[in-house]
Amino acid sequence: MNRIKEKLQEDKKLLSIYFTSGYPEINDTVQIIKSLEKNGVDFIEIGLPFSDPLADGPTIQESSTIALKSGMTTNKLFEQLKDIRSEVSIPLIIMGYFNPILQFGVEKFCAKCEEVGIDGLIIPDLPVDVYNDNYKAIFDKHGLKNIFLITPQTSEERIRFIDEVSDGFIYMVSTASVTGSTKGFGEETKAYFKRIADMKLKNPQVVGFGISDEDTFNDATKYAKGAIIGSAFIKHLNKHGKNNIEDFVKSVRPV
Amino acid sequence: MFYAKKLNKMTYQADEKGYYGEFGGAFIPEMLYPNVEELRKQYLDIMKEDSFQKEFKALLKDYVGRPTPLYYAERFSKKYNTKVYLKREDLCHTGAHKVNNTIGQILMAKRLGKNRIIAETGAGQHGVATATVCALMGIECIVYMGEIDIERQAPNVARMKMLGAKVVPAKSGSKTLKDATNEAIRDWINNPVDTHYIIGSVVGPHPYPDMVARFQAVISEEIKTQLKEKENRENPDYVVACVGGGSNAAGAFFHYLDTPEVGIIAVEAAGKGIYTGESAATSALGKEGIIHGSKTLLMQTDDGQITEPYSISAGLDYPGVGPMHAHLFRSGRGEFISITDDAAMKAGLQLAKLEGIIPAIESSHALAIFEDRKFKEDDVVVVNLSGRGDKDLNTYIDYFEL
Repeated sequence: MNRIKEKLQEDKKLLSIYFTSGYPEINDTVQIIKSLEKNGVDFIEIGLPFSDPLADGPTIQESSTIALKSGMTTNKLFEQLKDIRSEVSIPLIIMGYFNPILQFGVEKFCAKCEEVGIDGLIIPDLPVDVYNDNYKAIFDKHGLKNIFLITPQTSEERIRFIDEVSDGFIYMVSTASVTGSTKGFGEETKAYFKRIADMKLKNPQVVGFGISDEDTFNDATKYAKGAIIGSAFIKHLNKHGKNNIEDFVKSVRPV
Repeated sequence: MFYAKKLNKMTYQADEKGYYGEFGGAFIPEMLYPNVEELRKQYLDIMKEDSFQKEFKALLKDYVGRPTPLYYAERFSKKYNTKVYLKREDLCHTGAHKVNNTIGQILMAKRLGKNRIIAETGAGQHGVATATVCALMGIECIVYMGEIDIERQAPNVARMKMLGAKVVPAKSGSKTLKDATNEAIRDWINNPVDTHYIIGSVVGPHPYPDMVARFQAVISEEIKTQLKEKENRENPDYVVACVGGGSNAAGAFFHYLDTPEVGIIAVEAAGKGIYTGESAATSALGKEGIIHGSKTLLMQTDDGQITEPYSISAGLDYPGVGPMHAHLFRSGRGEFISITDDAAMKAGLQLAKLEGIIPAIESSHALAIFEDRKFKEDDVVVVNLSGRGDKDLNTYIDYFEL
């Protein structure tokens, strides 16, 4: 069974962390993954850096710019990950924009993902209909789950369509915003969390955007299966480097 | 039968999903989907409304000053031994063709019930055109502009401020046009309900390339009528226009796209030379890729990272081209020529001396092709003079040490 599906069956709220590969130092990728797993994180999104990340705020864009300047590339990421499965067993997802994947070759990219043991992909600017028409067969062939986003503005009809096409979890964007830009969830957002929960979708939901600490994690996972933290972790790496990951994870989910 | 014939004829227009051949589409994050979808569903119907057309045409006539003249450039023609007409978009209010699109889009925004406008700008021409129509309609206006461009284009920043717009510096990435576009898109993600994004060129996700081309199509519509008066023919032998993102070219080509006997010539900025690493000649240097929600030709690294273009002309300084132009290039329908900074500057100065018209440096690129691209004596060549050179005086002064 796919590691993502397996993880989603565990009887707990899942904590996922996003980080940009090649940041803060180009060769930190593997060490950060190992450290996140060791500290109890349930699954990881590995960011493939892009020059023009439209859906991201300044924190993640800055980390991408630094990673690219240090020489991070798609090939380099696969090189870094080549032995990852001998040491890490939690689900690993690559999150990246579509252009670098298109240039690498979608088929080749998916084959490489399968080879190193990636379980799924999140590609914010690959719309669900284009995926369905052109790429689903390739993803399926390589055992990759493609994760789609929904937002508070996504229509019920479209959410049902995305639920239909998905086979893993649905990435629920908490508020109309880019990454890293909110502080706490208002009543409107909490009502949205409940509205989605009441739809009884076949795929569990994991909330992302605007989660930075224990409070926001608990709010987000009141109805949802899990939550993803990105910008807040990048800020932590920026401030404390990669040797202090335990503190961060504990601050979100105390043991 | 009639429909089949008509469809078959319209091969260089966007299809209903916004594809020009293999280019176009809408590669957008889900956060943008509701905004873009709302526009996509309604833009054609709104544009067809009688009240919309009436208001659009009235503003183009009384406010913008259309129709702009189609001027036979006698001394210029004599020098190159062919017949050259200049379509005088430089005489539009605000100094360039950009305002055709912003008038159209502000009317669109009003009908969509939006009360906040955002825009991106490079040199500031589109920003000024957007700030102008927002002032005209009394609507809030926020313009994103690269921090570096704000320093380079102080007069246009001042104009936008006078017109009541808020100019927000884009501080990410290379701090130029592409980053200003990223910031505007992020603003739209953060404000999905009340805001309309007025994109300034035939770029971005569907329906923008098609919508902007349709608003700019007034250019070729007028050329047809005017050429009929002057030459007793609607179709020139060639239409020439400069291409950055490509909105003035899209407008000048629009009604000729499916008339194969009209040659289409798109002129890109070669910067310091195509292969110097300081160029914006996308057709020569670009590969298929995705920028700002559209699949098109794009200057990028082997790894798919978008690279920085260069041109002396800020309006041509974009790492992609609109999907219509990518298709014109790939299909061979369009002839693509690139012109260096030096050649463009010389052509600008020459037009000033021969015809008493100081062109924008963007438009000077289109004028520069006559040095090497020869036409027959009886060819009728229409050059779209997309903007006036007032905004470029400092660049001309520095370059020629005037």
